[in-house]
Amino acid sequence: MATFTLPKNSTVQPGKTFKAEPGAKNVKSFRIYRFDPDSGQNPHTDTYEIDLDKCGPMVLDALIKIKNEVDSTLTFRRSCREGICGSCSMNIDGLNTLACLKPIEDVKGDVKISPLPHMPVVKDLVPDLSQLYAQLRSVEPWLKSDTPPPPDGERRQSKEERAKLDGLWECILCFCCSTACPSYWWNGDRYLGPAVLLQAYRWIADSRDEATGSRLDALQDPFRLYRCHTIMNCTRTCPKGLNPAEAIGKIKQMMVERDS
Amino acid sequence: MAKEHAADATMRSPLGRVRGFGSAHGGTHHWLLQRLTSVALLPLTLWFALSAASLAGAPYEVTRAWIAHPFNAVLLLAAIALAFHHTAAGMQVIIEDYANREWAKVAGIYGIRAICWLLAIASALAVLRIAV
Repeated sequence: MATFTLPKNSTVQPGKTFKAEPGAKNVKSFRIYRFDPDSGQNPHTDTYEIDLDKCGPMVLDALIKIKNEVDSTLTFRRSCREGICGSCSMNIDGLNTLACLKPIEDVKGDVKISPLPHMPVVKDLVPDLSQLYAQLRSVEPWLKSDTPPPPDGERRQSKEERAKLDGLWECILCFCCSTACPSYWWNGDRYLGPAVLLQAYRWIADSRDEATGSRLDALQDPFRLYRCHTIMNCTRTCPKGLNPAEAIGKIKQMMVERDS
Repeated sequence: MAKEHAADATMRSPLGRVRGFGSAHGGTHHWLLQRLTSVALLPLTLWFALSAASLAGAPYEVTRAWIAHPFNAVLLLAAIALAFHHTAAGMQVIIEDYANREWAKVAGIYGIRAICWLLAIASALAVLRIAV
């Protein structure tokens, strides 16, 4: 639903400042969105001054340092800390990305951190992604084949056929792209969004899959697919350097091909 | 979680909400025609703008004769059909994007379509009355 202002109980208020320890020379301020649903209060922005001489190079290192040493109530998701699990996706310095892959030194001035945009917030930097997971499940992201696999080995694929999956299989489902897409903000209840459409195309493009037609059937919808207006925020923001917009373009192309 | 979020108003599962009414099995034709009309309108609009500029200051009879010429009349009718189709299709996308209420969406789409239809017929009639 298109809304251009925040509801009253979501406007962000100023918060506390946690000063750096005395004697710190290389101080950087991290301005972090805080929200606690149990408090009944509006979200606020807390400022943490961190001595970069005693901190790892990535934004996630700073977040972990804050949680360990400054304020244990700060809540965020993280796991692998090397850009493969997709847990620590958040909005840093105005761009959705993975905190573990974002060098602190790339941010000029204060580091502003908020949760992925336009998602319900569970707490602090943790968004509720259940709609996105349901959308992923709705495209049935698994191999569908009526032909049984050869008894003596796996299903075969030529090198060219396999190459078509490059740029698709690398997606780690961090949902930076979907939550950067204005179309997904306004119509996320019906539009599948770039991440899920890229996953849908990953199976459409798979030569071993035999459900291409029914996959295209399920996507052929003014909202599920055609809310994409090639805004390209998805491709610009992807921390893995993938191109969801191109995948969506290829789905649209296949729709035209089978119609004409 | 914000109470006004739509997801909180229902106890239906996320998957049930996402599947919704299922696929409309449509949209391709609309999407394709929107692109085809914009491509076709590129030369047509250029031709129309240049012709209109060259007719600036021309006497009434000369302008009438220009419109009555079969070549110009055909292209004018084509430009009218494509321009209004393109307008209706584009406005439909904007309404679908931004209208929050179902009735506003449906009323908007069909309202725009009706207006574009009438304007297209009126414009075509104006050309035909001179040309035929």
